[in-house]
Amino acid sequence: MILKPISTFGQYIILMGRTFSRPDRMRMFFKQYLNEMVSLGINSIGIVLLISFFIGAVITIQIKLNIQSPWMPRFVVGYTTREIMLLEFSSSIMCLILAGKVGSNIASEIGTMRVTQQIDALEIMGVNPANYLIFPKIIALMTVIPFLVIFSIFAGIIGAFFTCWFGGILNVEDLEYGLQYSFQEWFIWCSFIKSIFFAFIIASVSAYFGYNIEGGSIAVGKASTDSVVMSSVLILFSDLVLTQLLMG
Amino acid sequence: MIQVKSLYKSFEDKDVLLDINATFNQGKTNLIIGQSGSGKTVFIKCLVGLLKPTKGQILYDNRDFLSMSKNEKKLLRREMGMIFQSAALFDSLSVLENVMFPLDMFSNDTLRDRTRRAQFCLDRVNLLDAQKKFPGEISGGMQKRVAIARAIALNPKYLFCDEPNSGLDPKTSLLIDELIHDITTEYDMTTIINTHDMNSVMGIGESIIYIYQGRKEWEGTKDEIFTATNKRLNDFIFASDLLKKVRNEEINDISANDVDL
Repeated sequence: MILKPISTFGQYIILMGRTFSRPDRMRMFFKQYLNEMVSLGINSIGIVLLISFFIGAVITIQIKLNIQSPWMPRFVVGYTTREIMLLEFSSSIMCLILAGKVGSNIASEIGTMRVTQQIDALEIMGVNPANYLIFPKIIALMTVIPFLVIFSIFAGIIGAFFTCWFGGILNVEDLEYGLQYSFQEWFIWCSFIKSIFFAFIIASVSAYFGYNIEGGSIAVGKASTDSVVMSSVLILFSDLVLTQLLMG
Repeated sequence: MIQVKSLYKSFEDKDVLLDINATFNQGKTNLIIGQSGSGKTVFIKCLVGLLKPTKGQILYDNRDFLSMSKNEKKLLRREMGMIFQSAALFDSLSVLENVMFPLDMFSNDTLRDRTRRAQFCLDRVNLLDAQKKFPGEISGGMQKRVAIARAIALNPKYLFCDEPNSGLDPKTSLLIDELIHDITTEYDMTTIINTHDMNSVMGIGESIIYIYQGRKEWEGTKDEIFTATNKRLNDFIFASDLLKKVRNEEINDISANDVDL
């Protein structure tokens, strides 16, 4: 019961030890790094924009309908929407969504390479497979995630404006004032810092599950699911710790 | 030359390889044969370092593989090529990129020279026309040929083939066998082939070892196999009526030659 998590953690640390070593060829590393930035980051922009836009819009409507009263200032809707998007949604919730999309992609890609002996082929060639396959993914995701956070914040705010322009539930000036009210730049940095931690969790945990597959296609499916579950749990747990450390 | 001395491998309580001693000669196609589950794949994985033997010695031209440091093993691995049962080509790379991969990783040549070398290897296996295709777009036999081209890209001294004919039709199997045999002679490599394909045994078995339940049961050549007295080997090799008939004819020929002499 206790031994299994300890052994899993030990294996994860060993894998990370092999991953974070000097690449055999920097030229090949940069090639992989660019490919991964496109595959993990650029290809995720669409879903990030879409979800953030609608969540921004829905938050605005919910706050307007459920919180605002004659006793509350009118700018509270914009202010609350901004704080939710900035502090939690664009970093933590967006990373939970990416754990599903990117995490399962990494686990199944590496898992399939393990099952089809492509990782063994790398090993026999004298290539460090963990370094060649996992290192560029981790660094690429950690590089692009702050940009995804920015896109998410902007998409959410645009979503909020849409409710004013087309839904007419709120005055645009009130929303604008609320969005700018008592703004703290540090919150943006908090989002970036948290998202970088989460990016590391998503890429490394998913890679671990994919890399250690034993079996066939069923094992690939299981590893993909396990990686999403474990990444999500770890993101939530580290969100708690990081929020306390950064904001407390 | 690869020498194996008293090699043992067990998984927890299960012994898979027991006291294997063998010598694989340079410039020859050395075959490892045996039933499914006899330990052939575990043996070849121990030889290339994918599995760590429980005890024993593996000598690559008198260099002890198991006592080497990580870096020494890495350097030795650049002298190895391997053809997997599933070809193990990288799906995201084209045929040419697959063959270029070891060159990109370890060669200091210019891009032009690396491309030229990869194209030469592809031409050697008659696949130059397919260089822009992806592994998913070519047949199983072609994938195996690409794997051969990739394996020889860095001029290896040792070539390992794990069931190179599995899943291929008899004609393509023969083609792959001939290709491996020709390349072995041409590059003077030490080639080890793991197989249970009888055509391979009869065709290119210059040196054969038979493994039964993790132990080496028999050693010889394709010509000696007809007169072998090992019952387990005979039951395995001459399992079909056709092969039994071939064996009887071969023995009759040998007897007739002896009378003539």
